[in-house]
Amino acid sequence: MINFDYVRVSTTKGAVDAIVKDATAQWLAGGTNLVDLMKKGVTTPQKLVDINNLPLKDIKKEGNKLVMGALALNSAVADNELVRKEQPLLSLALQAGASAQLRNMATVGGNMMQRTRCPYFYNTDMPCNKREPGTGCGALKGYNRMHAIFGASDKCIAVHPSDMCIALVALDATVLVSGPKSDRRIPFQNFHRLPGDLPQKDNTLERGELIVAVEIPDNKLNKNVHYLKIRDRTSYAFALVSVAAAADLEGNTIKDVRLAMGGVAHKPWRLMEAENFLKGKGASEANFRQAAVLAMKDAKGFGQNNFKLKLAPNTIVEALKTATGKS
Amino acid sequence: MAQKKSHNDQSEDNHTNESRRNFLKQSSLLTALAVTPPALMKAAEAGLDEKAAGFFEKKPLAIEVNGISHNLSIEPRTTLLDLMREQLALTGTKKGCDHGQCGACTVHIDGNRVLSCLTLAVTVEGKKVTTIEGLADGDKLHPLQEAFIKHDGFQCGYCTPGQIMSGIACIREGHANSDDEIREYMSGNICRCGAYPNIVKAIADVKKGGQKL
Repeated sequence: MINFDYVRVSTTKGAVDAIVKDATAQWLAGGTNLVDLMKKGVTTPQKLVDINNLPLKDIKKEGNKLVMGALALNSAVADNELVRKEQPLLSLALQAGASAQLRNMATVGGNMMQRTRCPYFYNTDMPCNKREPGTGCGALKGYNRMHAIFGASDKCIAVHPSDMCIALVALDATVLVSGPKSDRRIPFQNFHRLPGDLPQKDNTLERGELIVAVEIPDNKLNKNVHYLKIRDRTSYAFALVSVAAAADLEGNTIKDVRLAMGGVAHKPWRLMEAENFLKGKGASEANFRQAAVLAMKDAKGFGQNNFKLKLAPNTIVEALKTATGKS
Repeated sequence: MAQKKSHNDQSEDNHTNESRRNFLKQSSLLTALAVTPPALMKAAEAGLDEKAAGFFEKKPLAIEVNGISHNLSIEPRTTLLDLMREQLALTGTKKGCDHGQCGACTVHIDGNRVLSCLTLAVTVEGKKVTTIEGLADGDKLHPLQEAFIKHDGFQCGYCTPGQIMSGIACIREGHANSDDEIREYMSGNICRCGAYPNIVKAIADVKKGGQKL
């Protein structure tokens, strides 16, 4: 690893200032992605600003919202009683991610900021528009088994690897951000970007904007939930396809439903059309199938990931069946 | 790197030793320059000696490992794993992949299991680290160490320190209530020899025993 300078800050303002005044600096939280990327030479900050002392670790209710500090650990959120009771979908998604050790180090904010694990991004000998704009996309005509089937561009077909984010986008979370000019609130759906012509930009943050918290509004989606993650191993592997499903049932009728998919796009993929189809309908496999077909509109494979075109709708159906007790 | 020079060396040997020494000095300097951030080069050129010194500045670190306090001075890029193995001579913790993918480097920080290969040592300031070397009480092994022997939970032994550190935490976290749960919550520790069934038995045995770990 290259040598770098290291400082600690203890206030949000201090953290923001440290980044704004030094273009070569990056924030360090859990470090589970950043340190890995630095070892590989993918990212080479000349200074790390350690934000682990910021008072952003609480998980609590504020009125009708569940608020999690950006530095709350993945394991703490997954095991938290409030989260398990009120937003169990989030707990399930977190438990499906990484390993126990990594969950003990990784933070909520860091989970959102993590970079793709595309092997071309990770290998500094390979062409990658995300890592080095203009060099091309090695995955496009290369090894693209793990790559996107929605929202890709010919500049980048990488996927966002998070499980937590799939639950957060399904639950209509809001991201609270503190920046050099002001604070702002970003709907989770708008936090991550599609690659378009600027694959190097994963999200809509400006430089110097620090995630401070994530809020989830109260809902009635804590009884019929499931997070189904399909991967090459039973555990400790990234998703080929994952589905977060939550339903509010009245008898057998779906009053409200949330669906989102991971492993399929540059950002967590919310399935609004499928949700709108299912609202008011009965919870049945036939309806789940129809919803899945709607969800797969515009899906496109790139060769080695064509199997996802079949796997994804099947995963949606199975997730809904398990969530509604029909499996 | 210093060459030992005997007082009886002939001038020719001295000359060879000197040119070796100069070569090493030069190549170390060139290597150092190669890994130097551009900003540092600029600072050095501008004669800003203080700023230049700051980049290679070692940071102080006060850390407790297995109950022993250490006051060290380390480069920020030093991982906890390398610090323990290379500076503290605690080689029980293993470097398997060095990228957070195998779990061989698992240690406890303030009682929680984490990967030391992805932990920058400077961030462990003021915390308590426990490694495999810190489990036994003199000759009295930790219950999970005993269980690994009883249930033949290892073959080559390379993943074993990480497995044991992870297993203790797994039980403490309350995630060892069934074989399936143990398998899931130990999935961050890979074993190339395939000792998994016996590792699960060892952990289940200690959990059943109910001792406070």
